Amino acid sequence: MMTLLDKTEALAPAQSAPVAELEPTQKAGAELLLDALEEQGVEVIFGYPGGAVLPIYEALHQREPIRHVMVRHEQGAVHAAEGYARSSGKVGVVLVTSGPGATNAVTGLTDALLDSIPLVCITGQVARGLIGTDAFQECDTIGITRACTKHNYLVGDARGLPAIVHEAFHVARNGRPGPVLIDLPKDVQFEKAEYVTRRVARQRNCIVTPPVQPKEIERAVELMRQARRPVFYTGGGVINAGVEASAALRALARETGFPVTSTLMGLGAFPASDPQWLGMLGMHGSFEANNAMHGCDLMIAVGARFDDRVTGRLDAFSPGSRKIQIDIDPSSVNKIVKVDMPIIGDAGAILEALLVQWRKRESDAAAPPSRLSEWTAQIQTWRGKNSFAFENSDEVIKPQFAIERLYQMTRGRDVYITTEVGQHQMWAAQHFHFDDPNRWMTSGGLGTMGYGLPAALGVQIAHPDALVIDIAGDASVQMMMQEMSTAIQHDLPVKIFILNNEYLGMVRQWQELLHDGRYSHTYSESLPDFVKLAEAYGGAGLRAEKPGELDDAINEMMAIDKPVLFDCRVSGEENVFPMIPSGAAHNQMLFGGAFTGDEVSQEGRVQV
Amino acid sequence: MENASVYPVPQEEAAVAESILAVIVDNEPGVLSRVIGLISARGYNIESLTVAEVDAEKHRSRITVVTRGTPQKIEQIKAQLGRLVPVRRVIDISEESDALTRELALVKIVSTGDKRVEAMRLAEIFRARPLDTTHTSFIFEVTGARDKINAFLDLLKPLGLTEVSRTGVLSIRRGSEAE
Ligand SMILES: Cc1ncc(C[n+]2csc(CCOP(=O)(O)OP(=O)(O)O)c2C)c(N)n1
Ligand SMILES: [Mg+2]
Repeated sequence: MMTLLDKTEALAPAQSAPVAELEPTQKAGAELLLDALEEQGVEVIFGYPGGAVLPIYEALHQREPIRHVMVRHEQGAVHAAEGYARSSGKVGVVLVTSGPGATNAVTGLTDALLDSIPLVCITGQVARGLIGTDAFQECDTIGITRACTKHNYLVGDARGLPAIVHEAFHVARNGRPGPVLIDLPKDVQFEKAEYVTRRVARQRNCIVTPPVQPKEIERAVELMRQARRPVFYTGGGVINAGVEASAALRALARETGFPVTSTLMGLGAFPASDPQWLGMLGMHGSFEANNAMHGCDLMIAVGARFDDRVTGRLDAFSPGSRKIQIDIDPSSVNKIVKVDMPIIGDAGAILEALLVQWRKRESDAAAPPSRLSEWTAQIQTWRGKNSFAFENSDEVIKPQFAIERLYQMTRGRDVYITTEVGQHQMWAAQHFHFDDPNRWMTSGGLGTMGYGLPAALGVQIAHPDALVIDIAGDASVQMMMQEMSTAIQHDLPVKIFILNNEYLGMVRQWQELLHDGRYSHTYSESLPDFVKLAEAYGGAGLRAEKPGELDDAINEMMAIDKPVLFDCRVSGEENVFPMIPSGAAHNQMLFGGAFTGDEVSQEGRVQV
Repeated sequence: MENASVYPVPQEEAAVAESILAVIVDNEPGVLSRVIGLISARGYNIESLTVAEVDAEKHRSRITVVTRGTPQKIEQIKAQLGRLVPVRRVIDISEESDALTRELALVKIVSTGDKRVEAMRLAEIFRARPLDTTHTSFIFEVTGARDKINAFLDLLKPLGLTEVSRTGVLSIRRGSEAE
């Protein structure tokens, strides 16, 4: 009988601790929770208190090693934990109360699920005897979050709590990472039980990462050697696989000479300053990246999941290529695009094995070094299109120009960028360049407006001395604006650089493209005065209205050791180009100029 | 008529087929809703479902799901089921040529005279066992493959079939190998 997967064997037999070693000491559930978090190496919790987590807050009060960052909204706590996790490679931890605390966290959890961010979220729950009675601040957190977590647990008793916490971290970190939720009834928080260490806790084999298969590596290298028009298509999975994976990608790309493109989520895994870099691909990707994807004869997808923002029209997606897909998650393979060769496993280990095998085969003459020269020349002509170019202005600040200046002015600094969602996000991806992984935090899968500001706080906590900038939009930034107060309270000098076009710009662009420019409810009415708003929070406000003022203002922003709201007034009706309209193929890109109204096919119109 | 909307009328999907999946899981609270939630969240109906603990020591349960979908969607469902933390194993029974599948049905017939006699005769042919009898009714127990039970029920319809209760499909592989 065909078995698709087998997780029936135990990962590690539960080791029984030497009996004499342990003085049995009973502790309250809240203490057990914190013990387990400490053992898991947790340094910071992003949270917000409430009735159902009071015992945990009481326990936290007594603890030195774990820092608690009180946010102003539970969604902010989750995004902050995401920023922390994405920029540090650690698991982000969230603590919120039952009912509204849990429901407020749902958007953040969904965001983390879609972008594969490892989180552990602890929610308070009403006491066990009250569950199901519509008690005050009761909600079915397990039911609500089943679809937006990788896994969730309702803790039945204090005895089982430590093992659940250990397993939760294991699940969050391993395989395709993601958010895990632990729903902890209030009475369990003061029920007494013994602590169980990570080593002793029963582990079940719930995540299996298969080892590298030499046969697959050999076959893949064979395909790579035959390729004349190869391309690496990399994604957020490379970032998740750690700095080793990025290093392995760089080494493999360098030795093979293959060009590299990346999804929005994968930016920084391969250095943007490298001559083999093609830029981001997809809906707003570069001409050379999308054409290389369309025209390649071998596509090597690494930790990328063929998202519809990337593939465009599926039946026209890279029609002439063989496809190798490297992914840790079997359910990501063949989901959208049928590939010729799936390789399931850790991206870093697989890329390293490919390099070793490539070197072994380098000596045979079958593949002359000149085999890529035509392809390289072709890519060079595509590059000549300079597809991210824009028409600059002396009168108004063009948003692309603002990002360019921000990029130039921050050279030499240790910079981390987060974004909100919209046009500014795409311009940031196009015009801010990343040479290292973990420097770029954006909401790719869910596209959550409001992500950037709280995410920046999490990044700043992980990297206290770094320059952390949220490249924001005037509309998005208002969704989590209250987190300015968190920034002030915790001395997190994040810089919120708002490309203020007074529009829900990305939606306006689609209305221009699809709905004849009928801008239904996309004008940003009644914007606050961002400078005064910053001051009201106790931060600093800055404004630039003319291109000539930009550099000085950016310098000033960097010099201020406080949170800053930077109101960068940019031209309002600028569109993000190039653009592959929904339902179009990779080689049917739009560049600048006005829309005519017939760019989008019937099929494309149903797509988002 | 031409589609006047800016949005097109959706195209037809690829052919759907029946699929029987056996899912071995840790028997813990919520595991069933995780499994069926994953399938129903993709818009697929579950045609039958059986679940029971099969290994008390290891707390393992076996869930057998019959669903319909395009081959690609079924592959997705299988891969996604495999990702669920309490899921230990996913076995695609429909891909097995010689897997045994069985279902049990309880069937109530209310009739008299010739119809009653004919129902009795059919029950014998299908090896259905009478569990309860009155002057005007029978309850039969019948086991077999889904097709056999469907055929039995079809034949009974004009003979006073009034109520049916079915377990849903169970499955196991032939031969000496264990799962
Ligand atoms: C929470 C949420 N609601 C709605 C949307 C849909 N949406 C995508 S971009 C956008 C406009 C964003 O405007 P702004 O932040 O000013 O960025 P701009 O596009 O103008 O740069 C909207 C409403 C979304 N992505 N997230
Ligand atoms: Mg805007």
